[in-house]
Amino acid sequence: MKKLSKLYLGLMLLFLYLPILVLIVFSFNDSKSRSVFTGFTFEWYEKLFRNELIMTSLANTLIVAVVASLIATVLGTLAVIGISKMRKGPKAAVMQVTNIPIINPEIVTGVSMMLLFVFFAARMNLEFGFVTLIIAHITFDVPYVVLNVMPKYRQIDANMYEAAQDLGCGPVRAFFKVILPEIMPGIISGFLMAFTFSLDDFVVSYFTSGSTAQTLPITIYAMTRRKVSPEINALSTIIFVCVLVVLVLKNVIERRADKKRGVVR
Amino acid sequence: MKQKLLSAPYLVWMAVFVIVPLVMVAYFAFFDSDGNFTLQYVADVAQYSNIFVRSVWLAAIATVICLVLAYPLAYFLSKMDTKIQGTMVMIVILPMWMNFLLRTYAWMTLLGNEGIINTLLGYIGLGPFKMLNTQGAVVLGMVYDYIPYMILPIYTVMAKIDKSVLEAANDLGCNGVKTLFKVVLPLSLPGVMSGITMVFVPAISTFIISRMLGGGSNLLIGDLIEMQFLGNSYNPNLGASISLVLMVIILLIMTLMNQFDVDDDRVLM
Repeated sequence: MKKLSKLYLGLMLLFLYLPILVLIVFSFNDSKSRSVFTGFTFEWYEKLFRNELIMTSLANTLIVAVVASLIATVLGTLAVIGISKMRKGPKAAVMQVTNIPIINPEIVTGVSMMLLFVFFAARMNLEFGFVTLIIAHITFDVPYVVLNVMPKYRQIDANMYEAAQDLGCGPVRAFFKVILPEIMPGIISGFLMAFTFSLDDFVVSYFTSGSTAQTLPITIYAMTRRKVSPEINALSTIIFVCVLVVLVLKNVIERRADKKRGVVR
Repeated sequence: MKQKLLSAPYLVWMAVFVIVPLVMVAYFAFFDSDGNFTLQYVADVAQYSNIFVRSVWLAAIATVICLVLAYPLAYFLSKMDTKIQGTMVMIVILPMWMNFLLRTYAWMTLLGNEGIINTLLGYIGLGPFKMLNTQGAVVLGMVYDYIPYMILPIYTVMAKIDKSVLEAANDLGCNGVKTLFKVVLPLSLPGVMSGITMVFVPAISTFIISRMLGGGSNLLIGDLIEMQFLGNSYNPNLGASISLVLMVIILLIMTLMNQFDVDDDRVLM
């Protein structure tokens, strides 16, 4: 049984990693061939970094992701406080709406927002670009913030807030001194989730970006439409290494935090 | 009272950018450009029933394959030594964090006529086989891109199963296989259900995988919608009604799944 499970795990890892490994290997390939390795080169990496389109779309991606996830975090955190004070019926209705962007297929989210933006573009001075892109990203980001902060907020002992007020804190100060530190882990994980979803989003951006503010996934898509462009392999390798580093760091940090908590106990 | 107001910006935001756009989809589906009510666009969707059938069929196959591959994997992961379990799960999930366009592109280079698989087969005198631009390639792409969404929820549910429940089953005379079917399987069903929806919904609505791996001949619902909005045949009314039908299909399937979920809760109690 043990052997069987190891074999199965190995085969699945092979299936999951082999395509990525092939991309990585061929990012160093001398020729444009996708199947025969003719020699080692860094040429594609150089071309990649000199490719202005890719660099600007990378910058666009970062700007959109940072702005959208920050706004979504503030919007979502404030929302949680307000929603918690609601009566049961309205609360349930709001949570249903919160779930819509998560459940709905991305393409429907993208298309529906495109319809809205086209409507505004025709009547007001709205152009497809950064503004529409950021609005769209905030919209699919903010539910994840709400869903991450909500459980943390619920765990807070209501007496703590009252105690702070009894001890002379105003409502605002009580919020920053008592509530905020308690829900901080939820806010951070919500922000990070929103940020990664923004970085990675293709479908919604595709319908809401117009032609001026292209994000990296849109540029990647345009590149895959062309016949052979080994720069994609180089880009994939870099992205893979970044993902690997971030996840390993996250793992190490979490493990340290767990150990600390273990010591305290 | 004051605190309630804090959610006002959020409520306005969601109303304007979630509810209103969906209402607009419904409006475009039922009203023509002059504002007259019409069922023409919804009726037009029927022309594309073969594409709908193909999408549901391919997404369903991909979902089943994901489930069959992911379930044992999640089970083995949950059984692993706790020291390495976290790291192992991270390794399994890691490809999910790669942009899915790049992951799909990887298969494009693997499956092509001059791709690495056909080249290797050529060395032993086989092929070249036509693998790219087939329905099989589309299903493979769906499985590869979305299998982490199946592994993760199933694993999460399995990891939460109380070890003492498993021990109790053993004490009461269940062997390993029987414990798996009598205890682990029913307890893991909620994870399976959310895995199924998390794979099926993106699979049925994708247009990237079908375009990159399916060539022009294996259109899915997603392609159809995309063509109405950004393609040569700009027709937002038809696009909206196709989107509406897609949402209804997904809603029906989700309701079906929720039916199962309720039953599971009873089992868990």
